[in-house]
Amino acid sequence: MSRALLRVEDLKVDFHVPGGVVHAVRGVSFRVRAGSTVALVGESGSGKSVAAQSILRILPRNAAITGGRILFDDGTVNGGAVNDGALDIAGLKADGKAMQALRGGSISIIFQEPMTSLSPLHTVGDQVGEAVRLHQRVTARQARSLAEDMLRRVRFPDPKRALDTYPFELSGGLRQRAMIAMALVCRPALLIADEPTTALDVTIQAQILKLIKDLQTDLGMAVLLITHDLGVVANLAEEVVVMHRGRVLESGTREDIFADPRHPYLKALLRAVPRFHMAPGERLVPIRSISIGGASEGGSLLERDHEPWPPGADAAGPLLAVEGVRKRYGARRSGWFGARAGTGTLAVDDVSFAIARGECVGLVGESGCGKTTLSKILMRALTPDEGSVRFNDHGRIVDVLGLQGDALTAFRRKVQFVFQDPYGSLNPRMTVFDIVAEPLVIHGIGDEAERAARVKELMGLVGLDARHLRRYPHSFSGGQRQRIGIARALALGPELLLLDEPVSALDVSIQAQVLNLLKDLKERLGLTFLFVSHNLAVVDYMADRILVMCRGRIVESAPREALFRNPVHPYTRALLAAVPEPDPSHPLSLTDLEEGRASDPARWPAPFTIDEGHQPHLVDLGGGHCVRADASIRVREVA
Amino acid sequence: MLGYVIRRILIMIPTLLAISVITFVIIQLPPGDYLTTLVNEMQSRGEGMDQGRLAMLRESYGLDRPMHEQYALWLAGMLRGDFGYSFEYNMPVSDVVGDRLWLTAIVSGATIVFIWVVSFPIGIYSATRQYSLGDYALTFLGFLGLATPSFLLALVMLYFANVWFGTSIGGLMDPRYLGQPWSWGKAMSVLEHLWIPVIVIGTAGTAAMIRRLRANLLDELHKPYVVTARAKGLPPGRALVKYPLRVALNPFVSDIGNLLPQIVSGAAVVSVVMSLPTTGPMLLQALRSQDMYLAGSFLMFLAVLTVIGVFLSDLALAALDPRIRLGGGASR
Repeated sequence: MSRALLRVEDLKVDFHVPGGVVHAVRGVSFRVRAGSTVALVGESGSGKSVAAQSILRILPRNAAITGGRILFDDGTVNGGAVNDGALDIAGLKADGKAMQALRGGSISIIFQEPMTSLSPLHTVGDQVGEAVRLHQRVTARQARSLAEDMLRRVRFPDPKRALDTYPFELSGGLRQRAMIAMALVCRPALLIADEPTTALDVTIQAQILKLIKDLQTDLGMAVLLITHDLGVVANLAEEVVVMHRGRVLESGTREDIFADPRHPYLKALLRAVPRFHMAPGERLVPIRSISIGGASEGGSLLERDHEPWPPGADAAGPLLAVEGVRKRYGARRSGWFGARAGTGTLAVDDVSFAIARGECVGLVGESGCGKTTLSKILMRALTPDEGSVRFNDHGRIVDVLGLQGDALTAFRRKVQFVFQDPYGSLNPRMTVFDIVAEPLVIHGIGDEAERAARVKELMGLVGLDARHLRRYPHSFSGGQRQRIGIARALALGPELLLLDEPVSALDVSIQAQVLNLLKDLKERLGLTFLFVSHNLAVVDYMADRILVMCRGRIVESAPREALFRNPVHPYTRALLAAVPEPDPSHPLSLTDLEEGRASDPARWPAPFTIDEGHQPHLVDLGGGHCVRADASIRVREVA
Repeated sequence: MLGYVIRRILIMIPTLLAISVITFVIIQLPPGDYLTTLVNEMQSRGEGMDQGRLAMLRESYGLDRPMHEQYALWLAGMLRGDFGYSFEYNMPVSDVVGDRLWLTAIVSGATIVFIWVVSFPIGIYSATRQYSLGDYALTFLGFLGLATPSFLLALVMLYFANVWFGTSIGGLMDPRYLGQPWSWGKAMSVLEHLWIPVIVIGTAGTAAMIRRLRANLLDELHKPYVVTARAKGLPPGRALVKYPLRVALNPFVSDIGNLLPQIVSGAAVVSVVMSLPTTGPMLLQALRSQDMYLAGSFLMFLAVLTVIGVFLSDLALAALDPRIRLGGGASR
């Protein structure tokens, strides 16, 4: 057994807020052995990040360590308060010399948001080199070459050039690599990784996880991983510490924790995560389940004015049919003669699909693939350059893109949108009642009494207490706000709900709750969903049919089981391979991850290649399984 | 970058043209012209002026021509450096303005320097020690500075300057240097008199700047990159100067464009009270007597100052902030 590098003993941290004192960390103890990886797991608000910040003494000004010890011993520190050879960090001055020498030198940290964590005004070389110059006696030139060396180690394609680039010129993945280079350039004994991949796409996440693992072996450092993602934990950590409300609930080796969880909270957490290989019909079990209100006396108002579909109406066509939609965003105009024609990004290219009534179609893709643009086109918030969108309204086919005036207003009642960010999508100056009632007011539905009854019913429908209608959004949690957003979307009794990443801003436990709510509502109100997400496991849980999108094109579409059983397109395969599963027996195959090649259409192997010479279309492989490839694929698949 | 500079300079031309049209129209808006004002004045003194002479004057000044022709003449003159003729002073405008322009520039420049030198350290102190006693005290002083009418402050300062330091009241220099060519003594006299108007004119600006810098810096201080800098082991003082302060400078710099004309025009009342030989009081008088070419030249001067100020602050911003210089915006 190797030496304990870091021992946290009965750590207590308090926050002084206007309302009083918040005990964020209440007696946490754990240890990190040299060279090992320990994961600190918990939901937001569990105190895991505060514990990490205490180790570096970079707590916000209104927080203070009120008890406990943080003993650090990398075999070299012996100044300060010596405590059986280790240094008590909790006893040092937060901005004293000793602490400054530790920070960035022996212990360093990487954060969740690589964009905001790097200064926008300084070059990568400046920021990485600064870390060297703070801790080692080197010249500017030596610092620069050390920085370049580190950038090469984190696999920057062109480290020399990268020194002079600014963070905003880099992609999210490269920014996080720059951040890692900055943290590791002084060869620390301990790296604290605070949600290092939460803001990244799955394929990038897998690359970064692999990078951290490789560097750990190279440099022989210990990693304290802070995350809420059990999939990441299962792939990276050797030991796991589960935190909840400032306390440690359970800790042990990865195998023990996943195979034999003891604490009810941990068991519940594991059941709340959507994962592949779920039994058909199996439901997630949210940690705090919500009860949906029943129909109010006199029958549900929503169900009452739900027009039944006349027989044969479905024969007119699918609920929504999209044909050859294309959208290009113009290049930024600069000055009077800066605009160039024909440039700009093709956000959505040749997208065709159909959604049948009562179906849940999942749309999967990484950030920037055009999925949000597409969903905005469907609700007429954006106008495409080409293509058509047709909507089947009780047997009457409506050309969505040609709608004007009153017809467009009427169409708005059929299609509603639920946004990703539950904080930004609710007006903080309106009460919940006003927010949910607003669509009714806009469309002139009912008088005041009827609106009040409807809003109450909607609140019950999403499992919120109707007594809270006078409150403002800030007094609700993220999950509750998202349910308010769903209630608002349901107010007009829509046929189709466009759900744009509805759970990606929520904690896992809340995620399960909202997903189950959406499933129940779909069944009860006969809704149709377009479910946009980057999380394959969530889409797997929700969708009947899945569309995979990359660089504005749909590359594969198939019924759920077919897609997961037999993914054909290389991009789909890469996506599936990159998802970390909360199960140590299914580790990520980190070795065969192609570095960034998976999402570059020109580098897909034949017959999938897309470049100037090859513009393949969707080819039907049978059973509703389509893939974008040359026609030769069919022969090959059949053979 | 060079293309950007050239484009910015080219855009200044139509901007200034548009401003000149508006300026000219505004000057012409009040009924009558300089001659009617003159006639009214003479009548009130009981004198008369015969119509023949009036018509002759009107023709010689070009006041009988249609407005667009007058405008064209004025514009063409300005391009040649001829700013027209002041009716009131019976002198070319450039001679009337003369020294005043330089003195205005000196007062304005000194005021800007004063504002920065005072507000910068105070703003940083207030932001880094938010809600401390010092912050509250300085905030109070700042609000006091914002709320005090500058002409009142001017009177108070004049009184105390005279009682305590024996500096002569009013003006920018000792009366014996008036109309004299520039000399060492005259320059020293200007410096001796300068500090009162600078403090008076600069107080409000300083107070506003302190508030702005404090707010900007407070926004930046809690950004994650500041935590990153601390986590690197950077001492707090150096971290403050290198990261958040640098970002907080942006609004500061983009303010230069507004500061220039504000100080020049905003100082008019103070200049009247303190009888400073700057452009402000003259502009006021020229507008009242409809001395159109003099007023027009002043307004154009202000406009050019604004446009150049904005241009300079844009250039400084581009130099300071790579996000602006490299033109891209974040690409995820």
